[in-house]
Amino acid sequence: MDKTQEVIINKDYAAKYGFNDEVKDYEYIANQGLNEEVVRKISELKNEPEWMLNFRLKALKIFFSKPMPSWGGDLSKIIFDDITYFMRASKNANNWEEVPEKIRKTFDRLGIPEAEKKFLGGVGAQYESEAVYHSLKKELSDKGIIFTDMDTALQLYPELVKKYFGTIVPAGDNKFAALNSAVWSGGSFVYVPKDTKVEFPLQAYFRINSKNLGQFERTLIIVDEGAQVHYVEGCTAPIYSTDSLHAAVVEVIALKSSKVRYTTIQNWSTNVYNLVTKRAFAHENSTVEWVDGNLGSKLTMKYPAVYMVGRGAKAEILSIAFAGKGQHQDAGAKAVHLASDTTSRITSKSISKDGGRASYRGLVRVIKGAKNVKANVVCDALLLDENSRSDTYPNIEIDEEGTTMAHEAKVGKIGEEQIFYLMSRGLTEAEAATMIVLGFIQPFTKELPMEYAVELNRLIQLEMEGSIG
Amino acid sequence: MEALKIKGLKVEIEGKEIINSLNLDIEQGKLCAIMGPNGSGKSTLAHVLMGHPKYKVTGGEIIFKGKNILELKPDERAKLGIYLAFQYPIEVQGISFLTFMWASYKGRFSNNGKIKSIIEFKKYLEEKLALVGLDKTFVTRELNFGFSGGEKKRAEIVQMMILEPEIAIMDETDSGLDIDSLRVVAENVNKIKNPNLGILIITHYQRILNYLHPDYVHVMHKGRIIQSGTDQLAEELEKHGYANVIKNG
Repeated sequence: MDKTQEVIINKDYAAKYGFNDEVKDYEYIANQGLNEEVVRKISELKNEPEWMLNFRLKALKIFFSKPMPSWGGDLSKIIFDDITYFMRASKNANNWEEVPEKIRKTFDRLGIPEAEKKFLGGVGAQYESEAVYHSLKKELSDKGIIFTDMDTALQLYPELVKKYFGTIVPAGDNKFAALNSAVWSGGSFVYVPKDTKVEFPLQAYFRINSKNLGQFERTLIIVDEGAQVHYVEGCTAPIYSTDSLHAAVVEVIALKSSKVRYTTIQNWSTNVYNLVTKRAFAHENSTVEWVDGNLGSKLTMKYPAVYMVGRGAKAEILSIAFAGKGQHQDAGAKAVHLASDTTSRITSKSISKDGGRASYRGLVRVIKGAKNVKANVVCDALLLDENSRSDTYPNIEIDEEGTTMAHEAKVGKIGEEQIFYLMSRGLTEAEAATMIVLGFIQPFTKELPMEYAVELNRLIQLEMEGSIG
Repeated sequence: MEALKIKGLKVEIEGKEIINSLNLDIEQGKLCAIMGPNGSGKSTLAHVLMGHPKYKVTGGEIIFKGKNILELKPDERAKLGIYLAFQYPIEVQGISFLTFMWASYKGRFSNNGKIKSIIEFKKYLEEKLALVGLDKTFVTRELNFGFSGGEKKRAEIVQMMILEPEIAIMDETDSGLDIDSLRVVAENVNKIKNPNLGILIITHYQRILNYLHPDYVHVMHKGRIIQSGTDQLAEELEKHGYANVIKNG
């Protein structure tokens, strides 16, 4: 891709997602840099119970004591002192009319209220550090379903939060989980009562607007026995020459015989470090599905995990990564089999283009005593040019004999014969390549609600435009 | 009627000469057949006509509609009305036959096609599929993926019907077809025939020509046409094999 085309694509991202809405009248902006004072201030502003403040302070110590990870991507350019750790734009509203006009316009441009009307059961919109909007269809709240932002949940459902918060991803799990635990703000809280099926997806949208901001949302999803839910998240940010940091923690608890699907379309601008810890505990006969799409960001390090803690639990992790110029997608999955008769399937597809780098980093672990486990891993990588790169780091640790494990990894280029065939029917070379790429990720796209599938295909088309020939 | 004119065509692949000074006209409204033994350069000719980048044209020209199409990319040739029915249609996973054909249709007719919506187009595609004995489910099947050999060839004919070419090259469309498929394919080629369509059919065997009755039959050997005639020439080849013609040529 030459410079002009790159500018066009950036312009398109700028027009659709990357606009800066010039919100200036923030209610509170923390000083740059991270210290105990900032953490105490966040907790105080949120009027948190003491246990949470202590949780934060303990996590801060862990964060300072842990070295930067030496694996994955290049984290050396993150300057923690230059980051703003908390920004409050507006209070949380449950009616779009009450959201400040400029912020509301942002979400209008992103199509959120429209999608809410059409097909969603509930919507949360986070702007900078906190939710500015949250709502749930009445028929869902009547069933006892809870969908709110994490800060509100801590106030309204303190016992439920205290019981589960930090139990799936402890603060000490990794440096960025510790950071999140210290300064977390916003994120979603979902509770689905026993035997309740949430028929419409619940969606959260995360928006970073300011430069050098760190966004640290914390999501906790509890799906009670026999219940079902589909949660969707999307994210974008304006393009700046300086970097922003997004370090989220997501904890999912799927209780006996429940079913959870968690879908992400990550489309951060290419100046965002996206370092996220996502983990689910799958109890007896439950199913957890991560559907994880990574298109944007400068560096993503994210490995959605399912710990199958109960007999008969199932994990399904389906991910795609698109690494364009200057991007490194270090994405993957973890399937940890801690009980018998558990099944996992990991499907990872990556596309690297214009010098981009996509890595699959995965773990399949089967502990001793977990009998009759089945695990399947398929990694497919597509390289669109000579300068791009794809790596696979599949870690497999099996301590139980009799495990059925299949692993398959493929790296390919777009075939000349395929291009010729499509061109012979009147498609340009770029159109042909785009079509092949869309076909390549179709196993992912077909799992998305239609509206997201259309949007994802459009995003890929945008990334592919003018890239070949 | 226009004709696609091949003049003094020379083609190499990896330094090896495959086609040498080949002259041939494909006239609209006519059907001509090229027969020849394996390795005579027939399939190379088909690919070169469509513009496959693997082959190097070292001499000659191919003129259609007043242009030397050798300078055009495959998609530009397709938009000009040239079509190649592949001997081995390529599989593309994850793309439905409908999505592919709709994109092709819009490419071929540059958005000036009669059909404006994909919903309308789907019906149109289903009708064409029915003509060659493929059921509706093929619209949602992945392009050529998991199709049997016969289904692939039938689907190539469907594509030809949809894209309404002016010059169609059929590269061994009969190979690997059972009798029933062969009959269906041939019947439909006969239906597609029209005064604006010139067909070049490349084949080893006479059997498809029994249905199609070509206006001209050419024998190709070592990259050139060594004999030309009518239907009768094909019958002779079937009876006596290529050896006789090659010896005389």
